[in-house]
Amino acid sequence: MTDVTDEIAAEKSEIQSLADRQYRYGFSSDFEADVVPRGLNEDIIRLISSKKDEPEWLLAWRLQAYRAWLDMAMPEWQMFHLDPIDFQDIIYYAAPKAKPKLESMDEVDPEMREMFDKLGISLTEQKRLSGVAVDAVVDSASVATTFQKQLAEVGVIFCSFSAAVRDHPELVRRYLGSVVPFRDNFFAALNSAVFSDGSFCFIPKGVKCPMELSTYFRMNQADTGQFERTLIVAEEGASVSYLEGCTAPQRDNNQLHAAVVEILAMDDADVKYSTVQNWYPGDAEGRGGIHNFVTKRGKALTNAKISWTQVETGSAITWKYPSVILKGDNSVGEFYSVALTTHHQWADTGTKMTHIGKNTTSTIVSKGISTHVAQQVYRGLVKVMRSAEGARNHTQCDSLLIGDRCGAHTLPYIEVKNSSAQVEHEAYTSKIAEDQLFYCRQRGISEEDAVSMIVHGFCRDVFKELPMEYVVEARNLLNMKLEGSVG
Amino acid sequence: MNLLEIEGLSATIDGNQILRGLDLALPAGEVHAIMGPNGAGKSTLAHVLAGRDEYEVTGSVRLDGEDLLTMSPEERAVAGLFLAFQHPVEIPGVGNSYFLRTALNAVRGARGENPLDAMDFMAYVKQRMALVEMDASFLSRSVNEGFSGGERKRNEILQMAILEPRLAILDETDSGLDIDAVRIVAHGANTLRAPDRSMLVITHHQRLLDELVPDVVHVLAEGRIVRSGGPELAKELEASGYVGLELEGAR
Repeated sequence: MTDVTDEIAAEKSEIQSLADRQYRYGFSSDFEADVVPRGLNEDIIRLISSKKDEPEWLLAWRLQAYRAWLDMAMPEWQMFHLDPIDFQDIIYYAAPKAKPKLESMDEVDPEMREMFDKLGISLTEQKRLSGVAVDAVVDSASVATTFQKQLAEVGVIFCSFSAAVRDHPELVRRYLGSVVPFRDNFFAALNSAVFSDGSFCFIPKGVKCPMELSTYFRMNQADTGQFERTLIVAEEGASVSYLEGCTAPQRDNNQLHAAVVEILAMDDADVKYSTVQNWYPGDAEGRGGIHNFVTKRGKALTNAKISWTQVETGSAITWKYPSVILKGDNSVGEFYSVALTTHHQWADTGTKMTHIGKNTTSTIVSKGISTHVAQQVYRGLVKVMRSAEGARNHTQCDSLLIGDRCGAHTLPYIEVKNSSAQVEHEAYTSKIAEDQLFYCRQRGISEEDAVSMIVHGFCRDVFKELPMEYVVEARNLLNMKLEGSVG
Repeated sequence: MNLLEIEGLSATIDGNQILRGLDLALPAGEVHAIMGPNGAGKSTLAHVLAGRDEYEVTGSVRLDGEDLLTMSPEERAVAGLFLAFQHPVEIPGVGNSYFLRTALNAVRGARGENPLDAMDFMAYVKQRMALVEMDASFLSRSVNEGFSGGERKRNEILQMAILEPRLAILDETDSGLDIDAVRIVAHGANTLRAPDRSMLVITHHQRLLDELVPDVVHVLAEGRIVRSGGPELAKELEASGYVGLELEGAR
């Protein structure tokens, strides 16, 4: 028992020092990185693969993906404006090489420091680390994974993607691309060609994962793209709750984050995936910020359940549709989303629920909040195949506008090929009413607190789906972002 | 000593002048009723006093000697002004008890008192709830969401009981209520009468004033007080209406 406690303590301090490095000193370029030359071609892909000592089959898969990508074009159906991306001007691999040199706190941008102080991230980091296994990914490489030994005792594999390729190549080979094939879309193909690291998680038959699993993504190096890949496999009857958190430093240019997350929930398995996304959103004038273009999809077999919960507050542009293929009979898919966009941010997000099995059920709850000149699109597809006898969907998507310069757009697509299906869609858009604000203020509550209170109330149905540990973090994040959004 | 002193108060919205040089003095500890025909400016008076910013306002309003008109709505609230709304709004997803505690702690903070934690607050609020015959299930619901008209008005009186204001303005708290609900609301308000607390009761009906007997009744017509008298004035109005009064007082 003591051994375990000591080990946990040691791992905690290791990760804590990492967290300190990221937040207190690591906002940008304070550690030496191993980077590949700028640009993309087959040699770069070979170089990335060789740096990671990958087996031949994986290199072949990457190259196939790359060739497929060359034949694909950027999507053009999005509502936001996107300057052409020069894919030859991106560094596709950067990994921390040496221990960072500690620099004076004075060198950290005071605005950034203040932001993290306000967020209380170091505190919540500590809290997060107390009972949660963490895989920390900085730029292209996983730098630490905690609690691996404790998890291994129950047969759970939780490690960086690179370690999985090295230690469990047969599992990776079997499941990689099984839910999101590399031909799926432009950014999934790009990711498949150049992905560098990410997390791998395997919960064997009948095992209920004893702790929350979490990956913490950090983009640090300038001009790099981050292309991580997460693969979660829950075997028959297994269950797991998984969380990803993301931050990035403040830079004037846009950085591309094109990740792929694949989840396979076999019969009777239950996977809950939560995201608290706080990539750098750009400044108040819309300069810089992360382009967060992500493909997330799960496949649920018989009686399985996959639940996506996301709190999206960061990125200049968030563009993703965490989806569920309800393949097995009685399978369940859920999507709970809060997106908060301020200043010039865009979020084009939603979900796709594809009902294939009989009596499949999906629930979609989307809450969008916009301030300043930010814009949001909810885009959702509920597709009921001919085979999906008795399928049911309930969609609720609500938008809250703060001020009169922002916008919300709702684009629900419904395709039903089985007449026994029940599909319900509710949507409303409201402004934070002057009446509500005045009511709160008449009771002595400041305008800023009143806005925060109204927004949190609006998001409650989604927050209650988050793991307890992250509710506080999500709330703080929202409060921080809402500061200065009124008046 | 007057708790509230209004002199020459005028208010204009979208080019329409609603209040036209209104004067009113409300001594500490007294309950004054404001009656008057529709459109006379009763609710405007309530909103202007509470600090709604859509009006252009001139004149002078002093609460306990302090200039009220330069304060923000929340400053007025913590200075002891409370408005029981005619149409209390819903705030979906915000728990009633959380809302009440946040409001109470804002007011306590301004008085230099320590904030109450959740436990102490619950003890305090349960004792106050008996006043308006509300049960504990009220607290776990969202603010006014799905409340009946009567429940909303009782919730307003409960908030008044919790916040213990110096000046309470009741804006048509009796409108839309049945007789039993009027009695509950009036009982709550009566219990809160105190030597250092004043109330301005805006109403259309004698019914509320039978239960919540005012010290003075004012008639507001065409943007100013046209007549003031004792409780019997309300009965007179009930019998004869406002028509004659307007002519007699305002012109």
